[in-house]
Amino acid sequence: MNVVIIDYGVGNIKSIQFAFERLGTSAILSQDVQTILAADKIILPGVGEASSAMRKLKATQLDQLIPKLTQPVLGICLGMQLMCNYSEEGKTNGLKIFDTQVKRFSNAVKVPQMGWNTIANLKTKLFNTINANEYMYLVHSYYAESCSDAIAFTEYDLKYASALNKDNFYGVQFHPEKSGIAGEQLLKNFLQL
Amino acid sequence: MLTKRIIPCLDIKNGRTVKGVNFIDLKDAGDPVILAKKYAQTGADELVFLDISATLEGRKTLIDMVLQVAKEVNIPFTVGGGVSSVSDVDLLLQSGADKVAVNSAAIKRPELITELSDKFGSQCVVIAIDAKQIEGQWKVHLAGGTIPTDLDLFTWAKTVENLGAGEILFTSMDHDGTKNGFATTALAQLSSELNIPIIASGGAGTSNHFLEVFKNGSADAALAASVFHFGTIDIIELKKTLKQNKLPIRLS
Repeated sequence: MNVVIIDYGVGNIKSIQFAFERLGTSAILSQDVQTILAADKIILPGVGEASSAMRKLKATQLDQLIPKLTQPVLGICLGMQLMCNYSEEGKTNGLKIFDTQVKRFSNAVKVPQMGWNTIANLKTKLFNTINANEYMYLVHSYYAESCSDAIAFTEYDLKYASALNKDNFYGVQFHPEKSGIAGEQLLKNFLQL
Repeated sequence: MLTKRIIPCLDIKNGRTVKGVNFIDLKDAGDPVILAKKYAQTGADELVFLDISATLEGRKTLIDMVLQVAKEVNIPFTVGGGVSSVSDVDLLLQSGADKVAVNSAAIKRPELITELSDKFGSQCVVIAIDAKQIEGQWKVHLAGGTIPTDLDLFTWAKTVENLGAGEILFTSMDHDGTKNGFATTALAQLSSELNIPIIASGGAGTSNHFLEVFKNGSADAALAASVFHFGTIDIIELKKTLKQNKLPIRLS
């Protein structure tokens, strides 16, 4: 299994690499087009601010490459948000893979949402053997609006899409690499897609 | 529903846990990696490592420890203690820390908070505040609580929120080590005045104190050290009790 984590200079990607190592799979970090194209599975990570992350993808033309990938791709946290149509954070267009928008939580709740919350209405093989209302670890100020691509929902401020799927593309708002055993199961499921 | 978090805190010196740890079935209770794994498996929602190494050698060892924890632990963790620059934070995050706690350096140079949140995102910037009451006023203290400042706790907390902090770790020096309960009133005031999560620290002695700090203190998370290290409170039992009392708690 050849797993590539797209390295475009955002956030703590070592944790994701270590999570795969704990599963016995080595994942390499790369921004090289040929390496990414040759991968069996691809992770689009991301922590930080949307518009500057998008600029980094554009600077390396990865914004052109990613939507054309045909193997399973998993966006994590900001990585998932960048795969949506548009983000309010820095008012940036995304990769337009998932047909939804990313908005900021209102001040009716503490922002960022930080901690463990439940995921429900689980769909697709990504959630194989993972129970509805399982807890996952989330840290974010922006969320993807509910839409037909949603494969999991979480409630905070409102009900939002905490996982998305379109064809070979998957995205999760939570951090599976930091979500204990349930998170490990999700990464295993992704490797088996 | 977002759950309340229970956070064991490990004091680290030269890459080893100090202050004593008493898990019966641990072969080496001084090894922070073994201890961190144990806590991750027994219900901790997150971990905090506080480095008290004063030497450069101690700091280097800390980085190795962070890397090892990131390799072996599948829950989030924060590293604090002596963090004073963008490059300190960069190194800790690159070594696998999820969040970094900054204390004195933020008081000395508040712009650091904005620099960190701009570069790394506010979600990984935890501002640690040590305070105690002096003539009825909560005053912020520097350098591990040794140096009093003129800063008022609530004013400073609001300032760090505005500068880009993602979370506050508030330790009441009046309560720390007493095992008589958390600073519930001050915590409730912080929570009502701020819109970022608050971690309560200092004073945990019984399960009931945790119940109070969440119910009356509106804390988002509660941190403790010795009651967990010495097994006075078992985290899973604590979480069951909190859940029975209708608090949103992760049991798995």
